Amino acid sequence: MAVLELANISKHFGAIQAVNDVSFTLQAGEVVGLMGDNGAGKSTIVKMIAGNYRPSHGTMRMNGAELVMHRPVEARQHGIEIVYQDLALCDNLSAAANVFLGRELRRGVGPLRILDYKSMYRRAGEIFKELKSETRPRDLVKQMSGGQRQAVAIARTMLSEAKIVLMDEPTAAISVRQVAEVLNLIRQLRDRGIAVVLISHRMPDVFDVADRVIVMRRGRKVADKAIAASSPEEVTGLITGAIEQV
Amino acid sequence: MAITLDRAIGQRQQSWVTSVLSSQTFWVLVAVILACLFLSVATDTFATPKNLYNITRNFTFVAIIALGMTLVIITGGIDLSVGSVLCLCSMVLAVVMNAGYSIEIGIAASVGTALLIGGFNGVMIAYLGFPPFVITLGMLSIARSLAMVASNNTVVFQFGPDHDMLLALGGGAWFFGIANPVIYMIVLALLTGFVLRWTKFGRYVFAIGGNEHAATLTGVPVRRIKVTVYMISALSAGVAGIIQTGWLGAVTTNIGAGMELQVIAAAVIGGANLAGGLGTASGALIGAALIEVIRNSLGLLGINAFWQGTFIGGATVLAVLFDRIRSFRQSE
Repeated sequence: MAVLELANISKHFGAIQAVNDVSFTLQAGEVVGLMGDNGAGKSTIVKMIAGNYRPSHGTMRMNGAELVMHRPVEARQHGIEIVYQDLALCDNLSAAANVFLGRELRRGVGPLRILDYKSMYRRAGEIFKELKSETRPRDLVKQMSGGQRQAVAIARTMLSEAKIVLMDEPTAAISVRQVAEVLNLIRQLRDRGIAVVLISHRMPDVFDVADRVIVMRRGRKVADKAIAASSPEEVTGLITGAIEQV
Repeated sequence: MAITLDRAIGQRQQSWVTSVLSSQTFWVLVAVILACLFLSVATDTFATPKNLYNITRNFTFVAIIALGMTLVIITGGIDLSVGSVLCLCSMVLAVVMNAGYSIEIGIAASVGTALLIGGFNGVMIAYLGFPPFVITLGMLSIARSLAMVASNNTVVFQFGPDHDMLLALGGGAWFFGIANPVIYMIVLALLTGFVLRWTKFGRYVFAIGGNEHAATLTGVPVRRIKVTVYMISALSAGVAGIIQTGWLGAVTTNIGAGMELQVIAAAVIGGANLAGGLGTASGALIGAALIEVIRNSLGLLGINAFWQGTFIGGATVLAVLFDRIRSFRQSE
């Protein structure tokens, strides 16, 4: 059964049709590249899965059960985690504090509960180890490299048992070496059986790490095929409209 | 590989010694101590019990408000209304007690006023998106005017049946001869320090100052926290007002005038960053102490009082200058 199934999803803002009758499925342990030009509807789809918007038409199903969300917090409760393009990190806090932001561990009883620094440092350290990232939980994020910052943002998604991780342009603004690091982090997630949606403009990254590619143009899905059966040239054609549909 | 990774992750980047040495608060504390040592040697009036009693008591009012201000500054905001709120809360207390009500009712009315004003500031800022500077600047004017309305711009020095109790509360020294306001300040500072370091609320205050957008996305109740922070700031001004009323034994409508700038200077000298995300409770105290020591010493050294502003302003710039030099070094 599919982890997530979108059936005939549409979204309009007033007269603007941002997403038009889009259907696709996500399987566990699958990396799907979501591609398209600016304004193609990629981020609208992601925002619907993340609980920011509700679809105007159509249904979403998670493991067969209908999924209706009103707020982003609910997406997290359903096991959907998002890595934002700007990473949503607080530079003045430690790596562990950022990983646990909004979900701090506390100890004590009743109203007298204090932050459990020790457990948070330990757990964050374990996650960084799993991600094979040399990131120290106690370091301030402002002193970190781009790759380490990505690791912190991705570590957040591993706190709870996430089923789906949405990544918005994770490789857009970092160095070549760090891109390789991030792609490795994505593979780590995949190996844990998590479905990853990778929104990216960078063709090489998608072809490097994704199993399947979905191409959007002007609010419609124009392609949904295995990476092995496609090529960068074909995808470019689909994005620009040189190729209508496959 | 696994071992080196373990070691790398487990490592602390800096020991506590280096982190203390790199903190602005520490160097300001050193400056305060050096100034005190110098004054003890250079004058025979500084290190007298009477003078030390005066200094410790004088800086408490600024320090208590600086604690609340530090929270606001950490979230990246500012509260310009504290001086006027102090005046209004003192006046509410004075007028209520003058009308024959007990000290409990007076304090409740005063604290209620503070929370109401802080809540108003906070809601306008957090929910309606007003810039903190504008709203609290407006409140600076409103609160002082309301204090004038409440008292008809007179001096209140009769506090009804509980008159003596109020004076003892602010002017007494119940504990080992330490002035009461100092005790309140220490308790409030410990409380603030605890909240900032050990509670979820404190963590969120820092997160909002670091990256408000990120805090929102990760599910931090940003608006609620902001409203609370402005309520705490106003409350700290109200508490300082109550204690100061007891200490002075009279309330005029010009107490606390210009105090907001001293309070902000104290917080900034103590290491709070007006851009948000940085600040400590101990810093607020030490910053306030430095300002008071400078003021006191100028008097004792026989330097014309007109120079006061120059020295306090210079100290503010100097404290932040060290921080700038350090961050330039880091960025290189």
